[in-house]
Formats: sequence, structure tokens, C-alpha cells
Amino acid sequence: MAPDRPVDMPLGEEDIGRLLGSLPPAPAGWVAAAAELPRARRALAAIEAELAGEPERAAVTERLERALAEAGVEPTPEIVRAMRRRLGGG
Amino acid sequence: MGATELSDAQIVDRCRSGDEAAWAALVERFSRYVHAIATAHRLPDEDAEDVFQDVFARTYEHLDRLRDDDAIRPWIGQLTRRLCIDRLRAARASEPLDDAGEHGAADERLDQIEQAVAVRDALARLSADCQEILDRFFARDESYRAIGEALAIPAGTIASRISRCLGRLREELEGRSDGA
Repeated sequence: MAPDRPVDMPLGEEDIGRLLGSLPPAPAGWVAAAAELPRARRALAAIEAELAGEPERAAVTERLERALAEAGVEPTPEIVRAMRRRLGGG
Repeated sequence: MGATELSDAQIVDRCRSGDEAAWAALVERFSRYVHAIATAHRLPDEDAEDVFQDVFARTYEHLDRLRDDDAIRPWIGQLTRRLCIDRLRAARASEPLDDAGEHGAADERLDQIEQAVAVRDALARLSADCQEILDRFFARDESYRAIGEALAIPAGTIASRISRCLGRLREELEGRSDGA
């Protein structure tokens, strides 16, 4: 099968190894947090609906870890940070 | 067919219909690419993580508005580069950003990433064994011993397996593979 995007120049095996090494895995926590995005978004929407009108959005962020856990999303530090950013809670 | 075997366009289509497994596969498929671009811009870890999450959040929000589902990789690449540059500009607000030397080096690193993506696409067409051993050795920087233990194969055979798989990968890249 021909490659989808052939490289421009012939590569030696050393070049191939170097290129493979230039794409290491992203940190597992980052990937897990991004993969949980749809479920985390749903959990967040539920929290926002529940607390609509609450004067201090900071109060929402304080409940975040518990609310995520209740929604079945493991509140890893990466997910909590991502949700805090989404809520503007820093 | 599992999500990992789908084309980019097929994965996007499944994500659009709310398939969470497809979304997880999309994140897995592009995570190295996004991470590598952020790393190429020399962002601090915290900024790189912000960019990483922001790219996937915007991708998720933008799924319904993609003009060409097959072109999601360049779309994600362009978005990642733009967000990285925004971060650098914000961090260097008091300093001139237009450092020709740094831009030249970053461009070179980005070119290398695009070439590396082509190599990984070819890798994905090899046998699962070859994918695993080459990824562990080159991308995860694991020792022969660690690879041998993880894959339950004698450490003494690792070098020859890597060499054989590299040969197959090169054939794949040159379009003369009959399947590995």
C-alpha cells in the first residue's frame, strides 16, 4: 500500500528512529482529561443549571470535585484544572 | 470496526453523533501531534497543558462546523500553532517576539513534526507487534530490558526485532510494502 503522505526524501533507519522519537506520548493525565471532555461538559452543564443565579461563581468551583465525582468523572487534577479554567475560576 | 481503525473523517462523523468512544479515539490519535507542537514552541509545561486542553475543547465545539472532515489534522495543527503563538505573545508582552532565530528554529521543529506524523501513519500500517516495539524503543525511550519484560520476549532478541521492524517501516514509507 502506498503511503498516504510520502515523505519528501528517502529516510535512513536512523532518521526514521529519530522521527519516531520526536512524537512521544502526551502526558497520560492530559489525554485522559481531554477524553473525558464530553462527560465533564455534561456534569458542568448540570452544575450551572443547578446554581443558576448564584452570585459568586467561585462557589461553583468549590463544589467542582464533588460534583464531578457524583457525575462519574474521576476528578483528576488535570480535569479539575480544565473545568476551573472553563468556569473562569483560575 | 473499532474507532482506532477508522479514518479521520469517520471518527469525526462518529464524534458528531455523540459517540464518546470515538471522541476518546480522536483525542488519542491527535494527542502526540498537539503535544509535540506545543513542545516545539518551548512553552512552559503549564502553558502547554492549557494549550493542549484548549485545542481539544475548541475541536469538540467546532465539530459541527468543520468544512472538510478529512482535513481535521491540519485544522488541529493550525489551531495548536495559533494558540501557542498567542501564549508566547502574552508571556512576552513586554519583549519583542519577532526573534528571527527563534522563529526559524521553531519552523524547523514544526517541519520535523509533520514528517514524523507521516512516519507514524506508516507505522500504523505495520503489525501490532512492530508498532509496539518501535514505539516503546524510540518514542517512549524504553530499554531493551523494559521492552522485553513488558512484551514477554527475550531481551536478546529485541535489537533484531527492532531492526526488522524498522526495515518494514522503511518499505512502508517508500510504498513498497506487501503488508507487515
